[in-house]
Amino acid sequence: MNQLKVLWNGIIKENPTFVLLLGMCPTLGTTSSALNGMSMGLATMAVLIFSNLIISLIKNLVPDMVRIPSFIVVIASLVTILQMCIKAFAPEIDKSLGLFIPLIVVNCIILGRAEAFAAKNGPISSVMDGIGMGLGFTLGLTLLGAVRELLGTGKVFSLTIFPDSYGALVFVLAPGAFIALGFLIAIVNKLKN
Amino acid sequence: MAYILIFITAIFVNNVVLSQFLGICPFLGVSKKVETALGMGAAVAFVLTLATIVTYLIQVYVLEAFGLEYLQTIAFILIIAALVQMVEIVLKKVSPSLYQALGVFLPLITTNCCILGVAILVAQGTYNTQGLEPNLLTGVVYAIATALGFALAMVIFAGIREHLSMMNIPRGMQGMAIALVTAGLLAMAFMGFSGVDAGLAKALGL
Repeated sequence: MNQLKVLWNGIIKENPTFVLLLGMCPTLGTTSSALNGMSMGLATMAVLIFSNLIISLIKNLVPDMVRIPSFIVVIASLVTILQMCIKAFAPEIDKSLGLFIPLIVVNCIILGRAEAFAAKNGPISSVMDGIGMGLGFTLGLTLLGAVRELLGTGKVFSLTIFPDSYGALVFVLAPGAFIALGFLIAIVNKLKN
Repeated sequence: MAYILIFITAIFVNNVVLSQFLGICPFLGVSKKVETALGMGAAVAFVLTLATIVTYLIQVYVLEAFGLEYLQTIAFILIIAALVQMVEIVLKKVSPSLYQALGVFLPLITTNCCILGVAILVAQGTYNTQGLEPNLLTGVVYAIATALGFALAMVIFAGIREHLSMMNIPRGMQGMAIALVTAGLLAMAFMGFSGVDAGLAKALGL
């Protein structure tokens, strides 16, 4: 029951994209389409689950002074493994996400959850927190990607909703990312009240 | 002449924050006042230039020389973290007044993705070199220009937000929502620079 609460907390109550506003660089940079947003979210989720698990296991072995550097090394190693896997098994995703895969290392969600949750809780609830936060992040990125893709090109997951010529290209370009996320956050704020 | 082109392209045409989405966290986080935005911009400019030089040298003379390219991410983030610590210590000793001004921002810089992002771009040579061979000099010019672009975007954005804080904004849009929409409009204004690089290349005879 308690574990489910942790999971739910990450997806809805403390959604990293719309409530905590963490990890804004990949949120804006990789959501030009729903598919790109989702693959970025899933990649981050994979790193988050394993980093939470490993950090909750080693938390008592690491002296307090070198806590942050050792967490960063764990995260960077996991990202390197992920980068190699993506290059080997899904080269198209590697091409479309590009620089943002190594930049998962400096995503504040991962270090933030390591500090705020995994360093204080056991491995099982840490994994649940990783799944919840990861799902919340994936959900946010997929939603933003879908909105931008729909308004920009009239498609969602490459499925045509309305003809291409009615789309406003600006939503696929850089300014659309800021504006679409701004209005999505405003809608979430409205729903919360 | 191509160096001038790299410089102007990186500041205006491909602005690091507004068109490449690197360094968004400090861009949104510490841009409530022009003063703090200037401090953050200066600190980033300093560390970014230094980090690019060090990571480029490590990439060429250690990682590539020994065939360890796959360690790039781990090595770079450790170098950046160590460098930030060192800059903090040296600055504290050498120039206490500068430390007073930049001190608060330095620890935040380790997790600023524009530092790691630019370091990786320069090490891989996948940035816009305007036809020059990617080497240490073009990398450094690119890094300084990127940092200036970051500082410029930060200061303009902070100036707008200072005015916004005095306005009457609808409840749901308050805080981050209106800031993001403002950033979007700013990005749209910077889109007006696209094409300037091609025209400038023609004017300089490249």
